[in-house]
Amino acid sequence: MAYKKRVDGRKVDELRPMEAKAGVIPNADGSAYFKIGNTVAYAAVYGPRELYPKFLQNPKTGIIRCFYNMMPFSGSGERIRPGGNRRSKEISLVMTNALAPVIDLSEFPNTVVDIFVELPQTDAGTRCAAISAVAIALADAGIPMKDMVSSVAVGQVDGTVVADLNYNEEAYPAIVSDIPVAMLHNSKQVTLLQMDGEISKKDLLVALEMAKIATEQVYAVQMKALKERFQ
Amino acid sequence: MIIVNKETIAQLALQDKRLDGRGLTEYRTPIAIETNISKTAEGSVRVQIGQTIILAGLKMAIEKPYNDTPDEGGIMINAELVPLSGPQYEPGPPGKKAVELARVVDRGIREAKAIDMKKLCLVQGEKAWFITIDLVTLNDAGNLLDAAGLAALAVLKEAVFPAYEPHTGVIDYKTKTDQHLPLIKEPLPVTVYKISGQLLVDLTSQEEDAFEARLTVASDEKGILSALQKGGEAPLSIEEIDRIIDLALEKAKFLRGQLK
Repeated sequence: MAYKKRVDGRKVDELRPMEAKAGVIPNADGSAYFKIGNTVAYAAVYGPRELYPKFLQNPKTGIIRCFYNMMPFSGSGERIRPGGNRRSKEISLVMTNALAPVIDLSEFPNTVVDIFVELPQTDAGTRCAAISAVAIALADAGIPMKDMVSSVAVGQVDGTVVADLNYNEEAYPAIVSDIPVAMLHNSKQVTLLQMDGEISKKDLLVALEMAKIATEQVYAVQMKALKERFQ
Repeated sequence: MIIVNKETIAQLALQDKRLDGRGLTEYRTPIAIETNISKTAEGSVRVQIGQTIILAGLKMAIEKPYNDTPDEGGIMINAELVPLSGPQYEPGPPGKKAVELARVVDRGIREAKAIDMKKLCLVQGEKAWFITIDLVTLNDAGNLLDAAGLAALAVLKEAVFPAYEPHTGVIDYKTKTDQHLPLIKEPLPVTVYKISGQLLVDLTSQEEDAFEARLTVASDEKGILSALQKGGEAPLSIEEIDRIIDLALEKAKFLRGQLK
């Protein structure tokens, strides 16, 4: 095990400092700001509202749509051309799947809840920050939810299982795996699971156990933001 | 929410009144400018006027100068009216409103020659700094034009060059120098709106539905105009244009004072 000391000096299971605030976008029905390390996400929720074109409507329930976007100046290198790409489309899709299991829109047939995320600065873990921000925004909007969704990445850097990799760890010159996870607070079920890199099954299961504890820390920050909002 | 029709807003304007109790030529409060809101940008600001919130981020890159200006760098301003910022916006490529916003702000700065473009040149005909400012709305509560113009000027003042190694030609975006842009003027756009023949500034979204005509006037600290843009379907008389410009110059001075 070569990776004993993390690049930013954190303990293996220590997350970067987090901040969250609900109700930051007055026009939205619900909104939130979520910051972890140098990754910042704004989320806005609009709806339930009418859904067009009509063939997309579901007469049994409302649906959700997610739109993830990095601002053009939010990348670590050159400017990002605006307008989305394959990566942002895929993230929007997995975000929808990570959040849909807790949302109950059966009272709102034929409607849509639109969810927008914009990131002004990023340093790895953007999809997890986005999901954690959206979960706060959905609660702020009063959307019926069966459980809370909290998300953070875990992974393995040169044989050591760690939580919440930053950009320098993702780019560490060794075998690295990055595993974004979203977990439900009560049931501990997994609603987002992706991985890139290499990892053994044994280490993966260790990492997922770590994710349970890590997402609880995210949950505490989410709840604090919501309590402050409704004080 | 109370639904107020255009006629009510027009009637009130005739009596020198507005829904939120402001004077016709009074800006909303707060006017807040927060800098360094994005560490990944070479400069970044968050500008708030009332409940209108807009972010501006500035990125720099080295490119080949244009053939007709081989000893100059360049600037481009882009605006994204993102669906996060209001229920009227949809995902997709920039619409007319976003394009007009970006181009009016761009002209105000470009035509004033606010940046010494020759100082952005590194190797004549080969390499020069090119600046891109992206304006991204967080909450559109009206008068985006003035908020965007203020954000663009604020980010030009705030930005610093990234570290650059001329021998390798590599820009190290993670290391920032303390060198600011060669900004020699401070142009700002102010939009004056006409409702019931009266002149107003800083409209809310609700009031924007009721205006008849608008004129955006960009001016520098010496009062020299660098861009004009008339909007709305109603015509303006020369006498009205005269009064609008006086008002815009006065308000540009006021907004510039907020930047200090």
